[in-house]
Amino acid sequence: MSKLTMVEAVNLALSQEMERDENVCMLGEDIGVNGGVFRATKDLQKKYGDDRVMDTQLAECGIVGTAIGMAVYGIRPVVEIQFSGFTMQAFDQIEQNMARLRNRTRGKYNIPIVLRTPFGGGIRAVEHHSESREAYWAHTPGLKVVIPSSPRNARALLAASIREDDPIIFYEPKALYRAFREDVPDEPEIMEIGKAEIVRGGKDITLISYGAMMRPCKEAVNDLADDHGIDVELIDLLTISPMDTDTLAASVQKTGRCIIVHEGQRTCGVASEIIARLNEVVFEFLEAPIKRITGFDIPFPYFQVEEHFLPESEEIILAIKDTIDWK
Amino acid sequence: MAFQEHEKNKTTSSEEVVSPNTPSAMHTSPIDLGHIEVLQILNEHGEVDGGLEPDFSDEKLLGVYRSMVLARAFDKRMMTMQRQGRMGTFAPNIGQEACIVGQVTSLTKDDWFSPSYRSFGAQIMRGWSMEHLMRLWAGFHDGFPPPKDVNDLPFSIVIGSHVLPAVGIGMGMNYKKKKDCVLVNYGDGASSQGAVSEALNFAAVYKAPVVFICENNGWAISTPAKKQSGNEIIATHGIAHGIPSIRVDGNDILAMMCATKEATDRARNGDGPTLVEAITYRMSLHTTADDPTVYRNEDEVKAWESRCPIKRFETYLTNKGILDADSIEETVASCDEKVIQARDVFYAMPPADPTEIFDHIYNSIPEELQKQKEEYLKRLHQKGVDE
Ligand SMILES: Cc1ncc(C[n+]2csc(CCOP(=O)(O)OP(=O)(O)O)c2C)c(N)n1
Ligand SMILES: [Mg+2]
Repeated sequence: MSKLTMVEAVNLALSQEMERDENVCMLGEDIGVNGGVFRATKDLQKKYGDDRVMDTQLAECGIVGTAIGMAVYGIRPVVEIQFSGFTMQAFDQIEQNMARLRNRTRGKYNIPIVLRTPFGGGIRAVEHHSESREAYWAHTPGLKVVIPSSPRNARALLAASIREDDPIIFYEPKALYRAFREDVPDEPEIMEIGKAEIVRGGKDITLISYGAMMRPCKEAVNDLADDHGIDVELIDLLTISPMDTDTLAASVQKTGRCIIVHEGQRTCGVASEIIARLNEVVFEFLEAPIKRITGFDIPFPYFQVEEHFLPESEEIILAIKDTIDWK
Repeated sequence: MAFQEHEKNKTTSSEEVVSPNTPSAMHTSPIDLGHIEVLQILNEHGEVDGGLEPDFSDEKLLGVYRSMVLARAFDKRMMTMQRQGRMGTFAPNIGQEACIVGQVTSLTKDDWFSPSYRSFGAQIMRGWSMEHLMRLWAGFHDGFPPPKDVNDLPFSIVIGSHVLPAVGIGMGMNYKKKKDCVLVNYGDGASSQGAVSEALNFAAVYKAPVVFICENNGWAISTPAKKQSGNEIIATHGIAHGIPSIRVDGNDILAMMCATKEATDRARNGDGPTLVEAITYRMSLHTTADDPTVYRNEDEVKAWESRCPIKRFETYLTNKGILDADSIEETVASCDEKVIQARDVFYAMPPADPTEIFDHIYNSIPEELQKQKEEYLKRLHQKGVDE
C-alpha cells in the first residue's frame, strides 16, 4: 500500500500496464520529457523509451487519428489530451473512426484506445480549461465513458480501461488530482467497467454523482446524517456509459427519492438520461420528483465567478431536504 | 503504360525489386522548395545593413521603441502580480517584443487583427488599455471584449482555432470590395494544427487579404520547434499552398516592420495572402504554470540573451543619434510608471459581477435559460453574494 494522490495513481496504472504489455504505448503533447502538464506521465518516457511514450506535435486530431490506425494494427495506444476542451479538435476522428471502425468492419478490427483527459472546473483556469462535456461522448454509440473519483478507483479503472478492447474516454477530474491521498495497493488492481458503486448505504434518499462532484456530495451526506438524521444512499456512477441502470434502479426502488449532481451542462446531460431510465423502470416506487443539480446551460464561466457555477454541498443539502419534505 | 511495365518486371524475378529502367515515384525528384533566406536588417550587434535600411520617420521609430519597452514593463509587472497571487496564469512575451510589436506597425484602424494569447504588446498598440488586459488575464468576463473601435478578435486560447476565422474576415473584405487586410499570428506549435493548414489553403484559393505571422519562438511548451515538422522551415507551409512566404529575424524590429509593411501592401493591393515566419525565442516560461528547467537547457537561453531585440534597437537608434543613455532611462522609467498607473486602476476596478454570465449567450435570453438564471440568482442569494 502507498498513499497516493490521484495523479500519482494514474501514473502508477500507466506504468504497470506498460510493464505488463509491451503493446501499450502513449501519445500526447508534452507527456514525455515534461511528464505531462499535470505530471501524470512523469518519468514514463525515461522508463519505457520515446518510442513507447511519444511526445507528439500540437495536433489533437492527428494524435487520435494515428492512434486509431495503430490500434487497428494491434497496438494499444493510451492518448493524453492535455485538457478535455481540446478533445474537440479530435471530434472528427473520435466520432467517425474511433467509435465506429469496429462496427463498420463488423468486428474485424477492435479499437483498444484509452483517451485520457483532465476535465472539470474549480482550478481557476482560463476559458476552455474547465469543460465537462462527458454527455457528448455518452451520446456517441461505440464509446465507453469512465470517470474515477479517487486515487484508488482511478488507478483500478484506468488499468481496466487499458485492458478493454473497446475505445474508452477516460475523464480525470483535475480538481481532485492533488486534492487528497488514499491507500493504493502496490500490486495491480482492476475494477470492473460498467459498474456503479454504492459508496454509502442509506434508506431515505438516493444521491447519484461522479467525478469531482463526489466531494460536495460526501460533505452533504455527512452533514445530513449528523445534523438532520437523514440517511442518504450515495452512489458513485464511475462509468457514465454503458450506465449501470440496475444499481441505480435498485437503490431508488428502496429509497423512493433521488437527486443527481453533476457539473456538466444540464440540457441532454447525464442527469437527463438517469431520470429517463428511472422513469422507465421504477416510476411506481417514486415518492417525489427526481431533482438534478447541474451546471447551467452556459459556457463554463471565467474564474472570477466560477465558484458560483459549480454545485456545492449547501445546495445539495437544500435539495435533499426539499425532496424529503415533498408532498 | 508505366504501370504495365512495372507489372511485367515484377513477374520476371521475385528477387529483383525494381528494374533500373522502371519509372516509379521514387525516381521523381522531390519538390524543390528553394532556399529561403532570413531577412535581417539589424544584426545582433545593432549594426544596420545599409542597403536594406528603411526610411521610417524618427518619430515612428521612437514610438515603436517605446512600445517595445512598454511591453516588457507590462510583462515584468504581470509576472510579479501573478507571483503575488493577484493575477491568473500568464504567458510572458519577454524576448519577443520586436516580433509582437513590429507585426502590427503597418495596420490601420480599419484592418483587423486576430492574435494568439502571447500578443499583449501588439494589443496595447491596437488600443487595448493595460488595465483592460489585466482584467482579461485575471479572469474577468469584461476583459475579453475588444475595446470600442478596435477591430480585433479576442485572443485565442485554443491553439490555432483563430486562424480560419481571420481568413474568413479577409474573404469578407474581398466580398465587400474593401482595401483592408487582416493580420493573424500563431506559434510554431500551432502550425501543426490541421485547421491552420486549412486556413492557408482557403486564403490562397480565395486570395484573401491576410498576413499570417508564424511566431517561431523555438518551443511549444516542452516541444521544440524541430519536432513539430519534418521540415524545420515553417515558411515552406505557405509555399506548399501557393502563398508567397518569407522568413524574418523576429528579434530585428526593422525586419519585422518592413516584412509586414510589404505583406500588408500586397494584401491591400489585391495580391492575396503572405506568410511571414518570424524567428524569435521564448526567453521565459511558457506560462506561469510551467517549469522549463524540466525540459530545456539553460545554455540555449543564454545564447539568445545576446539577441535581445530591445538592446539591438537601442544601439541602432543611438548610432542614428536619436536616442541616448538619458532618454533610454527616461523611457524605461516612464513605461514602468505607466504600468504602475494601470495596475492601480485595475486594483480599483469593481469586483466581477457574477449575475451577468447568462446575458450574452444569445441575442435575447430564451425563456428556459431565463428560468435557469433565476435559479442561479436564488443560489447567489442563498450564499449571500448578491449585491
Ligand atoms: C488545441 C489546443 N491544444 C493544446 C493546448 C495547450 N497549449 C497551450 S499553449 C501550447 C503550446 C503552444 O505553442 P506555440 O503554438 O508554439 O505558441 P507559443 O506558446 O510558443 O507562443 C499548448 C500545447 C491548447 N491551448 N489548445
Ligand atoms: Mg512556440
